[in-house]
Amino acid sequence: MTNVVLGLSRYVLALFMALYTIHCFLGFGLKEDERKGLSFFQAFFLVMIHVGGFTVIYFRQNDPEALFYCALQEVMIIGFMVLMRILYPKCSRLLINNMFLFMSVGFIMLYRLSYDNHMRQFMIAVISLILVLPVPYILNKAEGIRKLTYGFGAAGFMLLVFVLIIGQVTRGSRLSISIAGIAFQPSEFVKILFILFLSGLFSEDCFYGDSRKDKEMRMIYIGVSAIAAAVYVFMLVLSRDLGGGAILFVIYCFMLYYAVKRISVLFILGGVGAAGLAASYKLFSHVRNRFLAWRDPFSYIEGQGYQITQSLFAIGTGSWFGMGINEGSPDKIPIVERDFIFSAIAEELGGIFAICLILVCISTFLMFIFAAMKATDPYYSLTALGIAVCYAFQVFLNIGGVTKFIPLTGVTLPLVSYGGSSCLSTLIMFALIQGILIMDRKEIYKDE
Amino acid sequence: MNNKNHELHIIMYLFTALFMAIVVSISVYLSVNAPKTINSSYNMRQQNLEKRVIRGTIFSADGEILAEEAMNSDNVEVRYYPYKELFAHAVGFSTHGKSGVEYAANIELLTSNAPVDERLKREMNGERNYGDNIITTYDTDLQKTAFEALGVYKGAVIVMEVKTGKILAMVSKPDFDPNTVSENWAEITADTENSPLLNRALQGLYPPGSTFKTVTLLEYVKENPDSYEDYFFNCNGRFTYDETTVNCYHGSVHGKEDLKGSYEDSCNSSFANIGTLLDIGDFKDTSEMLLFNKGLPFDVPSKAGQFPLETDSGSEEIVHSAIGQGNILMTPAHMELITCAIANGGMLMKPYEIDRQENYRGTVVKQNEPVRYKRLMSESEAGILKEYMEAVVENGTGRKLKGLEYKVAGKTGSAEYGNVKGESHSWFTGFSNPEDPDIAVTVIMEGAGSGSDYAVPVAKRVFDAYYGG
Repeated sequence: MTNVVLGLSRYVLALFMALYTIHCFLGFGLKEDERKGLSFFQAFFLVMIHVGGFTVIYFRQNDPEALFYCALQEVMIIGFMVLMRILYPKCSRLLINNMFLFMSVGFIMLYRLSYDNHMRQFMIAVISLILVLPVPYILNKAEGIRKLTYGFGAAGFMLLVFVLIIGQVTRGSRLSISIAGIAFQPSEFVKILFILFLSGLFSEDCFYGDSRKDKEMRMIYIGVSAIAAAVYVFMLVLSRDLGGGAILFVIYCFMLYYAVKRISVLFILGGVGAAGLAASYKLFSHVRNRFLAWRDPFSYIEGQGYQITQSLFAIGTGSWFGMGINEGSPDKIPIVERDFIFSAIAEELGGIFAICLILVCISTFLMFIFAAMKATDPYYSLTALGIAVCYAFQVFLNIGGVTKFIPLTGVTLPLVSYGGSSCLSTLIMFALIQGILIMDRKEIYKDE
Repeated sequence: MNNKNHELHIIMYLFTALFMAIVVSISVYLSVNAPKTINSSYNMRQQNLEKRVIRGTIFSADGEILAEEAMNSDNVEVRYYPYKELFAHAVGFSTHGKSGVEYAANIELLTSNAPVDERLKREMNGERNYGDNIITTYDTDLQKTAFEALGVYKGAVIVMEVKTGKILAMVSKPDFDPNTVSENWAEITADTENSPLLNRALQGLYPPGSTFKTVTLLEYVKENPDSYEDYFFNCNGRFTYDETTVNCYHGSVHGKEDLKGSYEDSCNSSFANIGTLLDIGDFKDTSEMLLFNKGLPFDVPSKAGQFPLETDSGSEEIVHSAIGQGNILMTPAHMELITCAIANGGMLMKPYEIDRQENYRGTVVKQNEPVRYKRLMSESEAGILKEYMEAVVENGTGRKLKGLEYKVAGKTGSAEYGNVKGESHSWFTGFSNPEDPDIAVTVIMEGAGSGSDYAVPVAKRVFDAYYGG
């Protein structure tokens, strides 16, 4: 009997994942109350994937603890869902489902890869979920948030200075600082501060008026934003966090584009970005190495190309349905639990599952964009847009990198990869979006 | 409202398109490129596939089993090669690394395309599925004939079908028994004098000697399209140019020779003279059109010939290179491909040894069809070379192949090597039935002597076997 279960598990998990993914997109045309039934079924598939994955690990590793942690995580997931519904009846349940889908898939792979990493990630997840629970409320109550615009800007700057001075070097990049034994990656939070800072600047009245004075003020604000963006990106590049720098730059491009409503902004900044890439290619050997490893990984298979070729082997050997959980060799890829978690998923859960995961990422991005569309206050539209772009671009960098679509940048896959700071900062973004969604509906009620 | 959302829509479509591009790239990778990519010796995950699938069987074109899974006396599953040494290099081995067909079709052999319900049933029962079978283009009779004809000599024979690119036989000696290659690994790899693991047909680099005159001839014809028939040389057995002297083989004096006569008699003096008349830059271009200094389109590791001449090369090197000595090196397989292209009107078919992949029940999964690889020369140039190669058999060094039931065109070679005067590798390359070409055969025998005395009889036995049935 166990053989039957295990033998079929990879097909069943792929099927559940496909059904889950379909539900992501079924919801887009529906009204809110119609979505409730949908979100319930979707949550069912989510639980099936999570419990199913851990059950396979239980049988394959003969490890009852897997079931214990699975149960604890179910308590966490269902508990948070219930709390959110009580505290914020109008929150987006589909978004909560997606959030937990990413975390569940991450937990399954982490448990299978490293017991310790899984434990730490689980603890951080619980703490983070508790921390972000009040975020939607605070966002709704704190009307004065935009007065803090320059505070956010300064805080982000300070964090970056901090990293540059006392940051620890991991894999050639100066990324983390240690506080009380907990490694902490400030650049993950700088993204949020930067988005809030730009939201404040670009929602000034002058962006929505047509007088001569408005136009002049607009130029001043754009100038300030450009200087700030340049400083932020430059400091990240200095600490060799090129992926982080690229994300901030792209956030800036699209938020500015949204503020001034001119497509030419994208072309001009695209040119600036290309020049920046070319410059960093000339200046930094690690950038050149990554580029070489991308162009022709098999010529450098024992050096710079090792990670990406191992990743391609993993994805290719797993093929459409995967080797099955615990049946592949994802641990052959260096730092698999952080940067290459997607390859591990593709190897063991299969290409269909992995492609569905990308589709769920798309649906998450679309929900963020819809939040930006629905928000009536430009400040919140900008915040939602910034978060949407930040999320989408990071996913693109990560998955594009490990599939050799683009060169590797070394960023995490939000909520799936191992990494505490990344987990907390992504959860804050999800919570901010929930806050914006609730707010929007509140104002619609006012109109009625 | 709409105005505000315009930008958001653009951003939405832009990022969705980026994601979809990744989805497409993963799908293309999994459905097209992955099997080739993961068939790398660096991919340790192949062991994971072996845990799931019973490696498939390799067959010859005539239905003989060349490699299969079997139980040994201790009831342990082993890879069994019924023909032992005969297909050592062609089929290869899969025990200590992978080579030959075992390498080229590794992932296919480890992929099961058995009926889905059966696969699921076996998976549920925790049983391994049957991997797909590979039917090669190798012909056991031709392989046996080539193997026996080569005898005790070190060397190689490669036989291909001209119009399709099918490899019908490929022998390399010294050989080894793939059944015991793993047990005897240390011993076999220590034998650097014989290097039995080296597939000389694909990877043995030899001086081509007179067989290279075909390339020199092609270059001369290309440079003198209207007047090459007016070429004339008076051979007195040697040719001296800038203090470099070249002798004709065994000191023969060929007398008055035109271009065809020089080629028929394989006159070193005359071809050395031609070498001095050529534009070396163009010569290099022509050689690279013929895949020198490039790669050969085989599925398994192979080596292309080396043509190191440059426009500033010294006259000594030029004179020696024109007759296939000096620093020119070639593998038998490269020679074979050039001969195939000449026979096929200048168009090289991609060589292949895997005819089809079938599931274990015999349903075809993938049928390989002949594909054109590249045009190596124009049709008219190929026609001229063909005519000259026919003349070699008719009047020249290939006369042993004259007057048989079938017609052959070819070129012999006796390539000097090392420092000892008079020792030479015996070469032959040629094809049968020039009007409507059937097969091409290339033979090299290390240190045997002249091409016409040693390599030609080997080729003749292969042709006999092909036409005798």
